[in-house]
Amino acid sequence: MPGLGTSFGRGGATTNLQDLSNADCILIQGSNMAEAHPVGFQWVMEAKRKGATIIHVDPRFTRTSAVADIHVPIRAGSDIAFLGALVNHVLSNDLDFREYVVAYTNAAAIIDDRFQDTEDLEGLFSGYDPETGQYDPATWQYDDASAAASAGQRDPEQPTGGVGSDQHQKGHEAARSESHGSGGPAVEFKPRRDETLQDPRCVFQILKRHFARYTPQMVQEVCGIGPEQFAKVADELTRNSGRERTSALCYAVGWTHHSVGAQIIRTAAILQTLLGNIGRPGGGIMALRGHASIQGSTDIPTLFNILPGYLPMPHAEHHGDLDEYVAADAGKTGFWGNMRSYAVSFLKSYWGDAASAENDYCFDYLPRLTGDHSTYTTVKAMIEGRCKGYFVVGENPAVGSANGKMQRLGLANLDWLVVRDLQMIESATFWKDGPEIETGELVTEEIGTEVFFLPAAAHTEKSGSFTQTQRMLQWRDKAVDPPGDARSELDFYFELGNRIRQKLAGSTDEMDRPLLDLTWDYPVDERGEVDSQAVLQEINGTGPDGSPLSTYTELKDDGSTACGCWIYCGVYAEGVNQARRRKPHWEQDLVASEWGWAWPANRRILYNRASAAPDGSPWSERKKYVWWDAEQGSWVGSDVPDFIADRPPDHVPAEDAAGPDAIGGQDPFIMQTDGKAWLFAPLGVADGPVPTHYEPPESPVANALYPQQNNPARRSLTQSANPINPSLSEVFPFVYTSYRLTEHHTAGAMSRTLPYLTELQPEPFCEVSPRLARARGLENGGWATIATARTAIEARVLVTERLRSLRLGEQWVEQVGLPYHWGGNGITQGDSANDLVNITMDPNVYIQDKVGTCDIQPGRRPRGAALTAYVEEYRRRAGVGADQEKGDG
Amino acid sequence: MALRSRLGEWSALRQLTGSDRLGRGAAAQSEHSRELEPRTVQADRVVDSICPYCAVGCAQKVFVKDGRVTQIEGNPASPVSRGRLCPKGSATLQLVTSPTRVRTVRYRRAHGREWEDLELDTAMDMIADRVIKTRKEFWEWESEGRRTRRTLGIASLGGATLDNEENYLMKKLYTAMGAIQIENQARI
Amino acid sequence: MGRLSGRLDDVTADAGYEDHPPRVGFFTDTSVCIGCKACEVACKTWNSVPDDGYLLTGMSYDNTQALGASTWRHVAFVEKSSEVSLPVDLGMPSMSLPGADPSAAGQATESGDGVVTWLMSSDVCKHCTHAACLDVCPTGSLFRTEFGTVVVQPDICNGCGYCVPACPYGVIDLREDDGRAFKCTLCYDRLKEGQQPACAQACPTESIQFGELDELRERADARLAELHEKGVDVARLYGRDPEDGVGGGGAFFLLLDEPEVYGLPPDPVVTTRDLGSIWKHVAMAAAALTGVGVAAAVGRRR
Repeated sequence: MPGLGTSFGRGGATTNLQDLSNADCILIQGSNMAEAHPVGFQWVMEAKRKGATIIHVDPRFTRTSAVADIHVPIRAGSDIAFLGALVNHVLSNDLDFREYVVAYTNAAAIIDDRFQDTEDLEGLFSGYDPETGQYDPATWQYDDASAAASAGQRDPEQPTGGVGSDQHQKGHEAARSESHGSGGPAVEFKPRRDETLQDPRCVFQILKRHFARYTPQMVQEVCGIGPEQFAKVADELTRNSGRERTSALCYAVGWTHHSVGAQIIRTAAILQTLLGNIGRPGGGIMALRGHASIQGSTDIPTLFNILPGYLPMPHAEHHGDLDEYVAADAGKTGFWGNMRSYAVSFLKSYWGDAASAENDYCFDYLPRLTGDHSTYTTVKAMIEGRCKGYFVVGENPAVGSANGKMQRLGLANLDWLVVRDLQMIESATFWKDGPEIETGELVTEEIGTEVFFLPAAAHTEKSGSFTQTQRMLQWRDKAVDPPGDARSELDFYFELGNRIRQKLAGSTDEMDRPLLDLTWDYPVDERGEVDSQAVLQEINGTGPDGSPLSTYTELKDDGSTACGCWIYCGVYAEGVNQARRRKPHWEQDLVASEWGWAWPANRRILYNRASAAPDGSPWSERKKYVWWDAEQGSWVGSDVPDFIADRPPDHVPAEDAAGPDAIGGQDPFIMQTDGKAWLFAPLGVADGPVPTHYEPPESPVANALYPQQNNPARRSLTQSANPINPSLSEVFPFVYTSYRLTEHHTAGAMSRTLPYLTELQPEPFCEVSPRLARARGLENGGWATIATARTAIEARVLVTERLRSLRLGEQWVEQVGLPYHWGGNGITQGDSANDLVNITMDPNVYIQDKVGTCDIQPGRRPRGAALTAYVEEYRRRAGVGADQEKGDG
Repeated sequence: MALRSRLGEWSALRQLTGSDRLGRGAAAQSEHSRELEPRTVQADRVVDSICPYCAVGCAQKVFVKDGRVTQIEGNPASPVSRGRLCPKGSATLQLVTSPTRVRTVRYRRAHGREWEDLELDTAMDMIADRVIKTRKEFWEWESEGRRTRRTLGIASLGGATLDNEENYLMKKLYTAMGAIQIENQARI
Repeated sequence: MGRLSGRLDDVTADAGYEDHPPRVGFFTDTSVCIGCKACEVACKTWNSVPDDGYLLTGMSYDNTQALGASTWRHVAFVEKSSEVSLPVDLGMPSMSLPGADPSAAGQATESGDGVVTWLMSSDVCKHCTHAACLDVCPTGSLFRTEFGTVVVQPDICNGCGYCVPACPYGVIDLREDDGRAFKCTLCYDRLKEGQQPACAQACPTESIQFGELDELRERADARLAELHEKGVDVARLYGRDPEDGVGGGGAFFLLLDEPEVYGLPPDPVVTTRDLGSIWKHVAMAAAALTGVGVAAAVGRRR
């Protein structure tokens, strides 16, 4: 989550669900929390009971809207315009929490005088290269930073002149932004500051100018939200923020699934920072993650661009050895300055005794990136025959990923595919009964993919930990043995590793060394199952004597410590599985520090130093949380202080201080090199230092704010199966937005297969407004066909006033709602909404945009080859293909 | 049981002799009702778990009897969920005991028209062989003159219901084999 | 003893339990219901109730339609919009709100579609103080438990179906492939061990509250007062009044509209209120019970 990572230093929710009950106002946007996180929503209801105002901004009136105080319908994909207007409202009416803003943010920082804003360049920032579609952020730097440019290697995101700029671009190709999951991007120096916030080049003034055009009138024109509605939200938020009151903000994939996803989150971060709501009880940004351990899957990633603890995967061009790898960060201010310790300890956990100072701790064993190796780019490589083996593990890309056809074409062009799941999913049966078999685009006998379906163990059949949405690890004990051939992933990969290593034993080929030198000797029980706690201990890390470490500050760069994931260091402190702690909430306070374990260091509200004023006293009695106790010489409170415990509030670090020593007493954002929350991101975001509204890749309207229609830095994927609807097309006049339902789970393998859930929502449907239904002759309960340039699907129709016809200036915009849970298998079947979704990605994280344009017509879709012809006719009428180049202005 | 003693249990007789003269309460209670006992009490053990669906991470209690899961419900002790579960969490028992769960390895040979059976051991061996072969076939020491030490022939996509320990082992093995296109639901 | 209508303060003692636990029940506060249907699933999971068919009804998000033999908790979804629907080309903001219902406030938009509310309510057997189903059951299958709840005993029920038309709410029904009558037991088995019913335990927002009926009534009164104070005039209690046609429900509700809107009868009356002679009824019931009982017992012995 680079939106949060670059803003605050860590890419995780800043708060926890229980703490929402302390909020005086909660803005839920980009999330349908009551439906997608019903049990977490109890804390919103608790806040409401205590008098908080609940605001839901969403294209649809959902089950969340139904119990909110205010529902604001918004056109899908226009969130930055709305949030930007809130920022403008705060800035132009002096409603920011000024003392907080001056002390804890980079509002006072002076920016390079070469910086040019979208105001100056008609929707572009300085540094844009139309050839590559990428930004060089050299001119976005802090004033001092650019002055200090020096020769030699720099971090890919540390451009200081020509070489650095080039590296920045390469770095972004490798989604380097995501490595700010724990540790913001490194700026070389703390900036020159103007604490009066008057300097025209200071961040505060730049923001003011940048957001000036985000007016209520513009909100009406872009979002379809009336001025009264806007004023009401603005008033509630500002009224409920400040010294005595706090507002919280909740978002989910309604924000991340956009080609400007990271920037939407950045806008929210700016808003919450200006209002002084970060690091304080009842405040914060609650990133609602979608799945049991999706936070864990980024902390200990199975992601191409990062290693455990958000260490970047090395890049071929810049990371020839360990020194180069850590050079950009070593010696820097803040806790990321200890990166060498984290990296060396990580390498020791992989390669144990084989990793030594002499061989650079086996750094060379790590494969290197050369660009984008993300899932969508990889699928394209599969279609083109450049990737031939694929493991699909508890995932169902044929239904769950954007552009299902591309996914299936990729699967059909492999040599071998391993699918591991509980149920027989579409990604395993595409060769037999996929939609392309029906149309004749694929023929079973011609598909050369060898498919292994291996049954997986359920969560009750193995022990292990999930990291939930508030960064908290919770351990599960094993209840029963898995049935038949079913095995856990842990056992499968352990066994696979064993067999590969056995088969390669004795190999003298250098390419096999990393496998053969790997520490791979986990204890097993009588059934042959891996002791998962032994793996957790490896993740936690051990000291020179092999005993478990307690915290990441104990990590060393001399090879004496090993740690599989530095941010999880402490989860096995004192040899106790801290994630397994189950002290009932009635024996604890609301923070509940003794239930499970949260990274980092069991802190439950991040940046909680900011819950106290600069002098260390609580901002108010009502919002007291962590404060400085001068007598004890320590920060105290009900949470673990997210700060150096004994660093007094008036501490001023020495000029030459590095690493944690450089953190001042008033620097609550300890993972940032300057200790401040970033209103303006001089580094780390690929598509601009401040957020800007661009239209989705497919949109029925022109960008009212700038001549630049789309995110200029968005990542397009050119492939014949991924055609894009032209914007402003009369052939595709409506907006579709996909989403999930309470009663189902993502691609459906865990819900469409269960009678109790399937009966509650038995069929795919689309939701349309009465106005659209009239216009197209759609009947409630009848069938509709929804068409894009990719394909057409059919669904039953729900005509409902919950879908609003939005008026944008002189134009009406209609939206089609599409739950995406269905596919060809399961108790009930139906078309997959994701087959409609195009692949155009956010340039920071390579996540697709769930919003696009479509047509909708009454009746069922054509079958077989007639479907292909039907879609082809749409493409012809819309002129698709003629207008597929990037930078369509 | 003798018919006579069953008769003694009859609510009709109890009704005529007890205080529930209308036979709508105590007197009408059947043997089944009298001996009714929740299966939570009958469990051999109760295991602490966490719901596998969304990221709220609701605590669950898994009741096990004779080696089978007989009930899954919320654990009231959790400070986050306080014992509550959504419809998916409430359906977890059906998830883990589903009769349509696949319990054996299925294999589709290249160009095949149907699934075939395969021993797990055989499948594991075949997969290991294919990894080794594809890895070598697509091995790359260098790209554009820079050392890469990798294979672009093998990719992985994992769901977000994988445990931290599983993700850790996956990334470790893939990284050691030089595979880099290792992805997760987190990007989707 | 043995009243079939009117106020009855200790229904459990009336049913012959001399030393009994307090009467328990449900208070369903629909003002905080999020329509997640956890109650439906938790109920089915605990009670092993079979699925009820896979039918997309087109009626909002309600695909289980009504309470029945295989749906013991049912969440109703009621979509309402204001009568004032502006002409499509005007686009005037519509700011008229129905009352000051916080769940409806501020929904006007430039859309001209008017104002939307979406009411959700989890319905369940009312466990009436005067339960007609129980009164008419000829086998003694339906009985009142020591907790004051009304339960079908599957080992007694012969599927005669008398109870089905007797229920003023249409709750109880026969399961087609089984033949017997089924409905909510208020998790009788769980109550025996001091556990709360599965639906109440699962409910994420405490819309379904379980407890001693007296306490629930106090809680409901307080909640109603709170909502009225906030200006939510539409809030009202349903089934709470011990003087009503069924002597008050063991399960009652806080609604945000007329009962009919949720598919509930506005003024339910126990259908056996006008039964002539109590003793005639008892004699009839006893006779039926004896006959059926012998047949059942003999049948089972084989």
